[in-house]
Amino acid sequence: MTTTLDSRIPSGPLEKKWEKHRIESRLVSPNNKRKFEIIVVGSGLAGGSAAATLAELGYNVKCFCFQDSPRRAHSIAAQGGINAAKNYQNDGDSVFRLFYDTIKGGDFRSREANVYRLAEVSRVIIDQCVAQGVPFAREYGGLLANRSFGGTQVSRTFYARGQTGQQLLLGAYQALARQVALGGVKMFPRTEMLDLVLVDGHAKGIVVRDLVTGQIASHSGDTVILATGGYGNVFYLSTNARGCNVSATYRAYKRGALFANPCYTQIHPTCIPLAGSYQSKLTLMSESLRNDGRVWVPKKKGDTRPPQQIPEEERDYYLERKYPSFGNLAPRDIASRSAKEVCDEGRGVGPGGLGVYLDFTNAIKRLGEETIRERYGNLFDMYHNITAEDAYKGPMRIYPAVHYTMGGLWVDYNLMSTIPGLHVLGEANFSDHGANRLGASALMQGLADGYFVIPYTIGNYLATQTGKKISPDRPEFKAAEQEVRNRIAKLLSIKGKKTVTTFHRELGLLLWNKCGMARSASGLQEALQQIPAIREEFWQNVNVLGDSQDFCQSLEHAGRVADFLEFAELMCLDAYERNESCGGHFRVEHQTEDGEALRNDDEFCHVAAWRFNGVDQRPTRDVEPLIFENVKLAQRSYK
Amino acid sequence: MNFALKVWRQKNSKTAGSFADYKADDIPEEASFLEMLDIVNEGLIARNEEPIAFDSDCREGICGMCSLVINGIPHGPGKAKTTCQLYMRRFKSGDTIWIEPFRARAFPVIKDLAVDRSAFDHIIEAGGYISARAGSAPEANSLPIPKHDADLSMEAAACIGCGACVAACPNSSAMLFVAAKVSHLGLLPQGQAERHKRVIAMVRKMDELGFGNCRNHYECEAVCPAEVSATFISRLNRDYAVAVTREEVTV
Repeated sequence: MTTTLDSRIPSGPLEKKWEKHRIESRLVSPNNKRKFEIIVVGSGLAGGSAAATLAELGYNVKCFCFQDSPRRAHSIAAQGGINAAKNYQNDGDSVFRLFYDTIKGGDFRSREANVYRLAEVSRVIIDQCVAQGVPFAREYGGLLANRSFGGTQVSRTFYARGQTGQQLLLGAYQALARQVALGGVKMFPRTEMLDLVLVDGHAKGIVVRDLVTGQIASHSGDTVILATGGYGNVFYLSTNARGCNVSATYRAYKRGALFANPCYTQIHPTCIPLAGSYQSKLTLMSESLRNDGRVWVPKKKGDTRPPQQIPEEERDYYLERKYPSFGNLAPRDIASRSAKEVCDEGRGVGPGGLGVYLDFTNAIKRLGEETIRERYGNLFDMYHNITAEDAYKGPMRIYPAVHYTMGGLWVDYNLMSTIPGLHVLGEANFSDHGANRLGASALMQGLADGYFVIPYTIGNYLATQTGKKISPDRPEFKAAEQEVRNRIAKLLSIKGKKTVTTFHRELGLLLWNKCGMARSASGLQEALQQIPAIREEFWQNVNVLGDSQDFCQSLEHAGRVADFLEFAELMCLDAYERNESCGGHFRVEHQTEDGEALRNDDEFCHVAAWRFNGVDQRPTRDVEPLIFENVKLAQRSYK
Repeated sequence: MNFALKVWRQKNSKTAGSFADYKADDIPEEASFLEMLDIVNEGLIARNEEPIAFDSDCREGICGMCSLVINGIPHGPGKAKTTCQLYMRRFKSGDTIWIEPFRARAFPVIKDLAVDRSAFDHIIEAGGYISARAGSAPEANSLPIPKHDADLSMEAAACIGCGACVAACPNSSAMLFVAAKVSHLGLLPQGQAERHKRVIAMVRKMDELGFGNCRNHYECEAVCPAEVSATFISRLNRDYAVAVTREEVTV
């Protein structure tokens, strides 16, 4: 049975909703805050900022991360910047414009109220980060500098060299460290959440494994916050860190939280092309490069001349040709798909023909090498180090790669999932980016959720929970621990012939081909048949070596891949059922004459949220209709 | 490319470790150093031998999770890069490569090549922050900061917290790490209120955790993947001297 989900969006005009909601939200008094224990899983921009802020408010926080330090969460790798509607450039920006750009960039598949709140809150995020000492780039007069990014026509992106994610994360990490010292947060690094525990239908704790000692333990709390990032590593090759995984959110899904829009994945247009089958990850080159770089391929198929020998009139600057007003700054999904198109036509460059040029010759002529070095020096160095090619002398070669996942656990306006007491922040939830995220918006969302949304909305749940203490010795915890132990024992006992990585690669390649930049009903059906077969073989033939009572990286990886092998099926099923194209979800059956994504608003202007019914059982597809009261649904145009 | 590896294997912090010999054959020159180890590990698992434990996460040089001392140098040969950004084309086929964990009293070995660097977190907890509660910040542009100061602060803030500076230092000193944070925050107007308290707390915590003293070897700067300059150590020493003097005056 399909149910319609209640997103608890406040009534009233768009620009008053958040203010109204804050006034109407329940407060927890200071002496009651001390009595509540909050579990935060993940220490990136969303989890780290939430843990620090909730502790500042007086709550007791336990924060968990699988890395050896909270400072290493993958938010750290974000290069380009963070958007905020400050309008410091006086170029026509406003909260409404940031809201509109985000809704349009997401191809009209996100929630108006959430996105508007995000745009509103964006401004105080910058204030907060500056106060913490984030060394944003500045003008000579000492004021903050901005740059432009894909999918927008204003300059609203704040940045710290090409290391914005690192600096914002260090800001949140330092706030977190301060709370650790003050006793407000107890930090558990190298600790992985392996299950969510429900008591009377409410999320009241987690089961974790200490990755150093192998010890399985339970932690109870009054509410659980998941800020565990995205699931891009289901593709094996992605720009995500090696440890990024779906396990925390997927196990919450298996406990009853709905998983929304899992098919929405973002393929980033500017990554370094794949060099060989041994490769362990793909490296992103910040999208900011598209501010000054021009993307092109030869007009002729199979043109193997070095780029410098291809005359101007024989080059196809295809983004400038197809999208004259946005040009090289077309949104990510469009830029990625266009690269795939020209490579499919046989006009790709570099080994295997899977690459396009990103050329800085004109920019260097116009601005001088020194300016380009100042803007992108570290990116050029990184490119040189990886490829041994000098991008000051010749163009870079780039190709799209999996980068971000817009889907995630379904949450209401309070950021609470369908399990009472389970809150989900940052990339781990689904709410703000629709079917495609704009550049420099992930950092904005992570920090908005952690610093300025959850501290207000969590009271709406906690105020209903006064005086209920849950012990981690309850049978619900013991049963979950036993399940976790059994699963670990099973993985170690198979002693098959294939490594975990072999299965992960096999799954990833299948998804890249069938559920990547272009998807079709027939391809998705093939994937839906093949995934259970790979999963079955995994559980019979994987070889996991090591000791469960010890530091055992193969076991960590095996548990994560086991979850990917189930999650992948959900992703393909969602892609199959969403019989339209939108944003990063491109169904080849649905395209305009120009090859753009063709939405079907009559049938699919909704969020699809999946309810778990058992492994090998078809999940139920619930929907949340998307209602647009403030923007007109339109065919996206970046021409 | 083919290599002979001498790899440090150690079951845990309580047992002694030793070097073991492995062959790394048919390694593509475009592979990264960690991808080379991945290939070796896949081979070990196929032979039912336990793979070599080592830390890594982002594999693009920013998270600071990877470590390793390669042929005696933290993060291996070459300037300004982490181990994950070291590529095999830098070696010659037939080379023997020695691979060890970062070695320092304050960084105990967890297993094989993985070490515990939580001491760095404890130094930050001691004072490596600006106290600014969420919600209390003034408008961002109300506080202009000269570009030069902001840029210099960013140079210090670029530290990735990997610990190579400690591993490279003959005294296992964490001065470059501490100097980077003290300078990042101390160069900004927002960081002034806690400037003296911060430097004293961080330096004392560093000493307490078993890091050694700086004796100007500059090995830290030479291996730093983020190219944090050792001149920040001078800034740290100056800030510390001033702070201690003021502390004595006020007490």
